[in-house]
Amino acid sequence: MKQSIQNLAKKYDHQSTHLLQILREIQAIHHFVPEEAIDALVELLHIPRTRIISVIEFYSFLHLSPRGNYELLISDSITDHMSGKKELTHYLSKQLNVAVGSVREDGVVSLDNTSCTGLCDQGPAGLINGYPLTRLDRPRIDCIADLINQQKPLTEWPSELFQVNDNLIKSGLLLEHTIAPGEALKETFKRGLQETLAEINQSGLRGRGGAGYSTGWKWHLCYEGPEEDAFCDVDAQNQLQRYVICNADEGEPGTFKDRVLLNSFADQVFEGMTLCAVITGASKGFLYLRGEYLFLYDKLQSQLAERRQSGLLGNNILGQGFCFDIEICLGAGAYICGEESALIESLEGKPGIPRNRPPYPVTQGYLGKPTVVNNVETFLAATAIALHGGEWFAKIGTEKSKGSKILSICGDCTQPGIYEFPFGTNLKTILAECGADDVLGIQIGGPSGTFVSNQELDRTLAFEDLATGGSFIIFNSRRNILDIVHNFTHFFAHESCGFCTPCRVGTSLLAKQIDKIVEGHGSAGDVVALEELCQIIKKQSHCGLGQTAANPVLTTLERYPELYQSQLKKISYEPGFDLDGALETARRLANRNDAGAHLAQTDASGSLPIASFPPSLAVAEDHE
Amino acid sequence: MSKTITIDGKTIPFEEGQTIMDAASAAGVYIPHLCHHPDYSPHGSCKLCNVSVNGRICSSCTFPAMDGQTVLSDTHELNEDRRRITQMLFVEGNHLCPGCEKSGNCQLQAVGYHLNMLDNHFPHFYASREMDASHPDVLIDHNRCIFCTLCVRASQQADGKDVFAISGRGINKHLIVNSQSGLLKDTDFEATDNAAHICPTGAILAKRQGFRVPIGRRTYDHKEIDQVSLAESGYRPNTTLIAETEQSQYDE
Ligand SMILES: Cc1cc2nc3c(=O)[nH]c(=O)nc-3n(C[C@H](O)[C@H](O)[C@H](O)COP(=O)(O)O)c2cc1C
Ligand code: SF4
Ligand code: SF4
Ligand code: FES
Ligand code: FES
Repeated sequence: MKQSIQNLAKKYDHQSTHLLQILREIQAIHHFVPEEAIDALVELLHIPRTRIISVIEFYSFLHLSPRGNYELLISDSITDHMSGKKELTHYLSKQLNVAVGSVREDGVVSLDNTSCTGLCDQGPAGLINGYPLTRLDRPRIDCIADLINQQKPLTEWPSELFQVNDNLIKSGLLLEHTIAPGEALKETFKRGLQETLAEINQSGLRGRGGAGYSTGWKWHLCYEGPEEDAFCDVDAQNQLQRYVICNADEGEPGTFKDRVLLNSFADQVFEGMTLCAVITGASKGFLYLRGEYLFLYDKLQSQLAERRQSGLLGNNILGQGFCFDIEICLGAGAYICGEESALIESLEGKPGIPRNRPPYPVTQGYLGKPTVVNNVETFLAATAIALHGGEWFAKIGTEKSKGSKILSICGDCTQPGIYEFPFGTNLKTILAECGADDVLGIQIGGPSGTFVSNQELDRTLAFEDLATGGSFIIFNSRRNILDIVHNFTHFFAHESCGFCTPCRVGTSLLAKQIDKIVEGHGSAGDVVALEELCQIIKKQSHCGLGQTAANPVLTTLERYPELYQSQLKKISYEPGFDLDGALETARRLANRNDAGAHLAQTDASGSLPIASFPPSLAVAEDHE
Repeated sequence: MSKTITIDGKTIPFEEGQTIMDAASAAGVYIPHLCHHPDYSPHGSCKLCNVSVNGRICSSCTFPAMDGQTVLSDTHELNEDRRRITQMLFVEGNHLCPGCEKSGNCQLQAVGYHLNMLDNHFPHFYASREMDASHPDVLIDHNRCIFCTLCVRASQQADGKDVFAISGRGINKHLIVNSQSGLLKDTDFEATDNAAHICPTGAILAKRQGFRVPIGRRTYDHKEIDQVSLAESGYRPNTTLIAETEQSQYDE
């Protein structure tokens, strides 16, 4: 093993920035990261073992103890649940004879859940050794179980199991016309770099990753860099390092448009990154590709190779003297790595913990150098703008939201898939396009976004009304809102990086509190306590994850207060845990199960708790 | 002319490069904190020091002071949230203060008193955490770790070592040490390290020192944490110049 680790370290130049990439490869070979590998890496990369362990324990796809030779993960996205995920997982677990969350005794297979895999238009979905399995149903599961039990290598599995469709249903401004490789770059060189930046500014393009920051302004700030840069001499000015990062982490449940853009329009995305590089003076770029999109990796690499061949990447791009190249780095199962500063930490080979700001990435990003981070779709749009001009883009959309938005639509509609709409389109129009007639509500912008009810269908797609990174999940009237909130709240608790107290502890408390209410153990004070907790997490958390983690509760509580109230018991107070349940061990030890060995939680009238706790142990309303 | 900010209506001078916390401490204004320590680089994780800066919530221990900022810190609303955050730390770990050697010297406990915390409010996690008593002179009781990373920073920045790290994600965060066995005894840690004395709670304790100072005569048994903290950060009420105090509307 030592030799293979040495080779791996060498492949990555012994750079600790590539620790995550190295660990991913070790995990792929051994299905965990063995002790021996850690020892070897300590020597080879000159880093403390604590650094290696903290990276392994941060990312969901890396493990310190062995998983099965077939690592099987089933997506936990709400849409997968809506198409029978729970029942299917149960069936799968029976067919394979392995419990969820464990490794089968013979070590052949392990089964677990995983956060949304970006396949909500063709779920229920899963991953096997990192590769996507789509449209799971019983026949497919039978087939998969057979293949695993025969221990057939993945390369011999029928390819339709791995088939991922684009489902591109409606093209608009951006997706209607393809742009030939190099076309926008040539136009840029012809027009001039600052002139092209001016076009991007004029287009009004705002980031498509969710926050909606002005793209032109971001590029301008990166070009300028920190104040110190302005004072160094001319030689040093030419040496200044800048980085361009394309954020393809796409972890927001229900979002899958970047998957399609990278599968079918990657050249235009790479061209956008190159444009940004020549404008800001960057010589190195990264595509941070979420681990779930491993299946795109080889194809993207060969597209990069083609671009190098055609002089669109590498030294002296199009003979204009610019140097720029792009490296693809893979994530390893951590939603937080979509947050730009966490993403940069991850690219530096560390756990994805969001940085303190200021400084912002545009002045101090990757390795402390000015860095642009943009979403996949933002780069795609920038390419089109560089070719067609700012005016072409700005004439579509609304005053504050120019151009179009690419949506990933899924859930209860006849045609889930990718749709491009001009900004300003209302929800009714969108629902009609995708074939949704029975609508209870829509989750816009994913769990971190907003739940809108069927009373709000005149609202529009726009930063000034309903902003979304692309996620658009439709629920019909048979869906239970509390189930949805339950799923989303647990998602955040699972994905919190754990850096700050309000998010680390708060999201877990929130998940517990929702469980309590959903399971019917809530009492009068619980909804008030719930809302108070939400406000603290939202207000006091360190980054966007924590600041939005309570949105599923807050946006549904605002619209359906009666729904929450109806779940509550008519008692003023109920303890945080099941009294009778807590006696189970004692009953087992005493070999008793008679009435006297049980404790009732409430008195006969159902109005008062029999047992009560001292305030320090209770979940009750505030006694202060 | 020196640059100033106002905290709760009080005008405070600062120097370029200082955080709001630095400026506040130097001027004798206490902002509750747990993961901040003046000797080490700021971390910004506990969020107890969150203040409102021109209407936006920021951690004062990491946010740079900038001319003209209006900072609110000692408000009813912020202190309520601080108390809840402290309660979160209490229920996350297992803090049985009456049986803890750190009681009375513990910053978590003292901050709880300061914020008038009378119960835990939230349900307990009853996390299953371990003790590491392997080292001859120092023990780690993981039940009381609040992940402030002060031991991590002290080991790196003052001791020139790398004994500790925080590992895991989300609620599964935990402290790890730099040895193959995972035990403290197999690291290069020594009782004389700065990291051995920095823990704000009773998670890292010197052995054979138990109850040398009886309960009732310990640091926070006499003094509030605000006085202790300001004195430790070098503030001398008589010598430090405080800018003219405007009678503030925030004083309660
Ligand atoms: C928890 C969290 C997750 C995020 N995930 C993504 C993501 O998957 N893709 C993305 O482009 N931006 C994501 N963002 C937003 C990024 O931080 C950043 O704003 C964006 O990449 C900037 O690019 P843009 O200006 O082109 O939108 C996320 C933010 C947060 C707080
Ligand atoms: S560490 Fe502090 S808060 Fe925790 S048990 Fe000990 S005295 Fe109490
Ligand atoms: S052991 Fe103490 S100093 Fe170290 S992180 Fe935990 S609470 Fe902080
Ligand atoms: S852990 Fe990310 S917001 Fe706190
Ligand atoms: S003291 Fe500032 S966040 Fe902990």
